[in-house]
Amino acid sequence: MPKVIKTEVEFEGRFYEEYIVLEGEDLSPWGPDRDREFRFVGKPQPRVDGPERVTGAAKFTHDIQLPGMLYGRILRCPHPHARIQRIDTSKAEKLPGVRLVLSAENAPEIPWRMGLTQLFDRTLRYAGEEVALVVADEEEICYDALDLIEVEYEPLPFVVDPVKALEPNAPKVHESGNLLNGAPEVYERGDLEKGFEEADVVVEGVFRTQSALHNCMETHGSVAHWEGDTLVIWDSTQHIFGVRAQVAQALGLPLNRVRVIKQYMGGGFGSKNAAGKYTVMAALAARRTGRPVQVLLDRFEENLATGNRPSTVQTLKLGAKEDGRLTAIYHKSILNVGAYAAWPASASGPTKRLYSCPNLKTEDYSVYTNLGPFSAFRAPGYVEGTFALESMMDELARKLNLDPLELRLKNYAEIDPITNKPYTTKGLKQAYERGAQLIGWEKREEVKKTRSTKTKRVGFGMASQIWGGSGGPPAYALVKINPDGTATVITGTQDIGTGTRTALAQIAAEALGFPLERVRVELGDTQWGVYSPLSAGSMTLASVGPAVRAAAEDARAQLLDVGAQVLEIPRDRISLEQGEFVDARSGERTPVQTIFEKLLNYTIVGKGARGPNPEDKNINTFGAQFARVEVDLETGRVRVERIVAVHESGRVVNPLTIRSQLYGGVIQGLGYALTERRLEDPRRGLVVNPSLETYKVPTVEDVPDIVAEMVDMPDPEANPLGVKGVGEPPIIPTAAAIANAVADALGFRVYELPLTVDRVLMALQRGEPSRGEDNK
Amino acid sequence: MAKALEPRVQSAQLPSIRGPERVPLTLNVNGRTFSLSVEPRRTLLDALRNDLGLTGAKKGCDEGTCGACTVLLDGKPVYSCLLLAVECQEHEIETIEGLARDGKLHPVQEAFVEHDALQCGFCTPGQILSVKALLEQNPEPTEEDVKRAVSGNLCRCGAYPHIVEAALAAAKKLKS
Repeated sequence: MPKVIKTEVEFEGRFYEEYIVLEGEDLSPWGPDRDREFRFVGKPQPRVDGPERVTGAAKFTHDIQLPGMLYGRILRCPHPHARIQRIDTSKAEKLPGVRLVLSAENAPEIPWRMGLTQLFDRTLRYAGEEVALVVADEEEICYDALDLIEVEYEPLPFVVDPVKALEPNAPKVHESGNLLNGAPEVYERGDLEKGFEEADVVVEGVFRTQSALHNCMETHGSVAHWEGDTLVIWDSTQHIFGVRAQVAQALGLPLNRVRVIKQYMGGGFGSKNAAGKYTVMAALAARRTGRPVQVLLDRFEENLATGNRPSTVQTLKLGAKEDGRLTAIYHKSILNVGAYAAWPASASGPTKRLYSCPNLKTEDYSVYTNLGPFSAFRAPGYVEGTFALESMMDELARKLNLDPLELRLKNYAEIDPITNKPYTTKGLKQAYERGAQLIGWEKREEVKKTRSTKTKRVGFGMASQIWGGSGGPPAYALVKINPDGTATVITGTQDIGTGTRTALAQIAAEALGFPLERVRVELGDTQWGVYSPLSAGSMTLASVGPAVRAAAEDARAQLLDVGAQVLEIPRDRISLEQGEFVDARSGERTPVQTIFEKLLNYTIVGKGARGPNPEDKNINTFGAQFARVEVDLETGRVRVERIVAVHESGRVVNPLTIRSQLYGGVIQGLGYALTERRLEDPRRGLVVNPSLETYKVPTVEDVPDIVAEMVDMPDPEANPLGVKGVGEPPIIPTAAAIANAVADALGFRVYELPLTVDRVLMALQRGEPSRGEDNK
Repeated sequence: MAKALEPRVQSAQLPSIRGPERVPLTLNVNGRTFSLSVEPRRTLLDALRNDLGLTGAKKGCDEGTCGACTVLLDGKPVYSCLLLAVECQEHEIETIEGLARDGKLHPVQEAFVEHDALQCGFCTPGQILSVKALLEQNPEPTEEDVKRAVSGNLCRCGAYPHIVEAALAAAKKLKS
């Protein structure tokens, strides 16, 4: 009988209580004995869907073409804040090839963003907000028609600077005011004042970070198509079940009449965690026209309307004893969440959790402005917060004349400072040690001396990483054994490019005792998949992986039961190896499919569910990164020469694809540190660089020498696979490590990201150390 | 990027490409000839994707910055979003769909799988074609040569180190 229990689930640094249903037997963790026998888990495995991805056979949402499919494109507001006075779509509707124009004039009122706005709102709160949808035979005709829509806007006062938005007379983005929930999120422990009184030294700084844009290579979009009363949607999403629920609610449909499919996706990084307006628009347009409708965003829309990492202004103050022990931390963040927010933003996660510090207070102000809404972006808040915290820690080390690494070890948290629970595993010390060795931390002063010239300075820096990544319930899986001796793994998760299909195949093959090529993983379809959570928060493998193992073990047990009876071998003498029954006594091997010749089309279905996380322990992931940079004093150019990234995320299932994820995180972190920055014109309230020409993501030529390693330590208490997530960890400490290396090279700090040549040059000209207050 | 296409003399057999109406057009793609009818303003990328169903070339920016639409035109990598389909008649066009032969991957494709030179895979067809063009021109590239060859192909997942690795491995494999 299914058992219902209450458990705590962590997602992107926040904790939620959930009820979960447990089924089946508890699995014992894979221990060291089992490890030694592994055929697939822990071995470098090229992606099982690699051939599809390199031949063009992989169908992304952009590539879905259905008979009679129409194209939909969106008209967007050119003003940062405006009200629609009049909208006339008649000229557009008359253009040959145009099938439908949807706008506030003729579309149903569908609440959006928790009722703060609607699918087609007459009040528009940022430049880029949706005004109308044109549906036509060809893409080009859509663009012609968009030009023919006449809209009269009444421009309204606007604000794009979050600090100004908090001033009493600032234009209001929403009637309820510009501060989300009317108050900051505050966290406190100990006695902050007492903590600062006890301190021998205090350091303080003001850090500024930019808005960063995801720029997934595949822009957001959907293809919608009605099969009778059933809506089928291909959506470029990280959460097929979430899109299903959202669309069903928006259109008043039962869940079993909405099918969401996502097989391949060109990047998400947190920006595709939910359905977009484009999804619902495509569904509405498909119903009205009776034809499949594709709505895709172009690169400009992508960069205006699909999310961003919020900009921050962070004030950080640390107090410490002479020996380096922290006595107090105060951290205040103002975060620019744009026009809408699904949840409060926060930059204080690492401050609360990374170091053992008894007296602490954090305040996070999520501020509405007339800019595109923020969204999760790979380790939301932690990238921004780690930059400030780890920069300040280096300033503290400098003031105390301590080695930055030593200072961190002095404040090493042996238990989680928020929950006071011990960790299941914590490999941060190992990461520090290995990283220091790989970058040559001990010999850095010698290298700096020999390498630095009159015009070039070399510097070393490091930073630490903490993140969740425990995964958790609910997540389910089925494993079918087919009559030909192949296996089909069925889950409702999605592979967003991280290698989920491959890792799940490795786990299933291992648990089944089947060759890998006989295991196929099906995912990305709500119609036949069983629920899996969104692919975000570094939670996919640790959530879905254990469910797949459980389902495979169940299928294997059933197969052995049936096999023993058909082959007339006692159950305790029969085992499975590489897709064959093995009789322990005779050593005789019988291919699995043999028994099905007698059983006709009997199909075994194994079921598995993800169990709860331990209640008395904290599950976290850790890592350390080290950077070596060269700064040109004449040009201000920062050249990152080497990044060493060492992370602990439990057991490594696939060392090949995990290295790809580590590289990818570091490279996105590098862009955030040096070149990426959304630029806004505060006088006009517009984003001025919403293209890939002007928003600078790293190219291959920007990439330094990267050394990426895992501290491979299975975490058996976390879940029966011993795995934790790794998607987000590698981006977290990169910018902080680079900023610390630049400060080491210059002898003073630049308090603002990205570290562009103009900022470095201005800091050089100013000459004297600053605490960041004069950055404007 | 290839240089601008040589201006072609308008011969009597070739249709007018003034527009705005659709014009008949012949494209030579992956060694086969296709007749289609498109508006003259249609890009090569849209013609490949929407008219010929060859969706391996992707639209990432539609303005010649991301490289996801890279195809080979007479063996040279081009951004197909920056060319009009009508300019590409009488040229040999090669897309990612033309690389594998009889179900066997091209050595560059093989190397991309083996070295995991991709994550989401959206930019991958473009990366592979840029590498293929390089190796045909320069069978013994240095790391710097590879980087230059794929510097016009953005990868947001950050597969770059593995892409360089794969390209060098493919060069070795092709030589032996």
